[in-house]
Amino acid sequence: MTEIALTLTDAHASTARRARRQRLQDAAFRNATLAFALLVLLILGGVTVSLIDGALPALRTFGFGFVATEVWNPVSEQFGALAPIYGTLVTSLIAMAVGIPVSFGIALFITEMCPAWLKRPLGVAIELLAGIPSIIYGIWGLFVFAPFMQSTIQPFLINTLGQIPGIGNLFMGPPYGIGILTAGLILGIMVLPFITSITRDVFETVPPMVRESAYGLGATTWEVVWNVVLPYTRTGVVGGVMLGLGRALGETMAVTFVIGNAHRISSSIMAPGTTISASIANEFTEAVGDVYTASLVALGLILFLITFTVLSIAKLMLLRLQRKAGV
Amino acid sequence: MTMTHMDANSPTHGSHQMPPGMLAGTAAERPIAGAGLPEKISVRNLDFFYDGYRALKSISLPLYDRQVTAFIGPSGCGKSTLLRILNRMYDLYPKQVATGEVLLDGHNILSPKQDLNLLRARVGMVFQKPTPFPMSIYDNIAFGVKLYEKLSRADMDERVEFSLRRAALWDEVKDKLRQNGMSLSGGQQQRLCIARAIAVKPSVLLLDEPTSALDPISTAKCEELIDELRSDYCIAIVTHNMQQAARISNFTAFMYLGELIEFGNTEEIFTNPTKEKTSEYITGRFG
Repeated sequence: MTEIALTLTDAHASTARRARRQRLQDAAFRNATLAFALLVLLILGGVTVSLIDGALPALRTFGFGFVATEVWNPVSEQFGALAPIYGTLVTSLIAMAVGIPVSFGIALFITEMCPAWLKRPLGVAIELLAGIPSIIYGIWGLFVFAPFMQSTIQPFLINTLGQIPGIGNLFMGPPYGIGILTAGLILGIMVLPFITSITRDVFETVPPMVRESAYGLGATTWEVVWNVVLPYTRTGVVGGVMLGLGRALGETMAVTFVIGNAHRISSSIMAPGTTISASIANEFTEAVGDVYTASLVALGLILFLITFTVLSIAKLMLLRLQRKAGV
Repeated sequence: MTMTHMDANSPTHGSHQMPPGMLAGTAAERPIAGAGLPEKISVRNLDFFYDGYRALKSISLPLYDRQVTAFIGPSGCGKSTLLRILNRMYDLYPKQVATGEVLLDGHNILSPKQDLNLLRARVGMVFQKPTPFPMSIYDNIAFGVKLYEKLSRADMDERVEFSLRRAALWDEVKDKLRQNGMSLSGGQQQRLCIARAIAVKPSVLLLDEPTSALDPISTAKCEELIDELRSDYCIAIVTHNMQQAARISNFTAFMYLGELIEFGNTEEIFTNPTKEKTSEYITGRFG
């Protein structure tokens, strides 16, 4: 190397200098991006460690019973996470049951059937819906939606579905207005724009030629969507659904307003309940004593694990789907 | 009646419906343009607009039954556009309008009363790139059939085999019908798409540059296949490859800037074109 450098003329030397500087710049750039990427892992690790550390007092006191008991009594310092876990899962389930079909419908309408003049306004409206702060959903839910539920929808459900033996249990009890069902429905509205915009985007990735081939065989829009568009985009669709589910599981503000914040599990989905995030948000300021605080942190840890599990299951599902499809 | 001097603005073929039973000649004995051949499709004074832009200008030409008609011309001349009118694929998109007449077996398919799904079942289409559906090879074929026919399991098996044999793909895939159609090679995928189009028993096949994404060997196989299908279908093929047009078509239409410059017997077009533009294009002076 030095031998070669010695034989270089001045011009060559400046070229070599520039090359060396570029090499250094490139190395610096590479290391900087690497550092940013590592930061993600560091933050993730830090959050996990501090969650576990903060939750330890509670876990030490209650052991595994923490996730299996329903009691939540700050006075006697007895804490169990079952009610918030149940509330979190059930509200998210309701949100998905409402949000997924409606989102698919909107996304399919926009990509397959929508007249051109309506496409843009609809797209913008959905993005705006995603931009509404959750506190607004909260106050709207409490002052507008919950009274409407109480006066109209819940009495109707009690008188119809509530009369059926078996599933009727889900729709029994007085119409409070607020409760698990109301929270689930609001969550459904909140996840709608997320699932819609992602599914719309992935539906648009279907090559026009594939779509046209299906139409070219004489297929109707429904047949094209069901047999070609959905199978073609299932990865992205599952991704969009999971993003919505993640949001529903963790949503705090709007839920806290309308769920009733009762640490109990009722057979009826119209009864008040609570979710993990709502409990934390509600009680953090009044948590006195190590065990109380630690119990709230432990709730956070559980939520973290639930979302992590949901994402992992989604990934596994996709892997299996892909293997089955043989691609 | 010579077709070679066809004026694009004048309606042609007063007596376009020839009595059935007058069979077309084989590829070997290429018939004189229009002589004694039944017209499967008659395009008359066809104009096409993309959002107001006139992409096709007063096109009139016949597509004869059991013949291969090639559309050639430089990119953007409107040949694919013309093909997409024949199964009204353009209807999927807003702001695309066709005026004039396209008669399929004597019925105007541009009429608003035309049932699009039925039309597309009768007029099959194959695209530039293979477009297998994300499902098994078997289901790729069965998909279109199921839309219009209720077949028993055995009948469906038979239809799938028939279509795959017709598309010269059966021997290669008969042991893996349950595999995903997307796992096949490009050439096989394209033949799968042809099989899929045949399976619904259309009478017209539209091929939009079907070999442009294929390697030479797959291209040769597809051309062989088209040559065989000639005996059963009215075939329209858009191609950028002039040798291909010369090899496989009975009739050739040369288009330029949205106009039909010349239409006629393929041999005549390639050996003795009447229009200067045509001879310039086929000798490679532009395009």
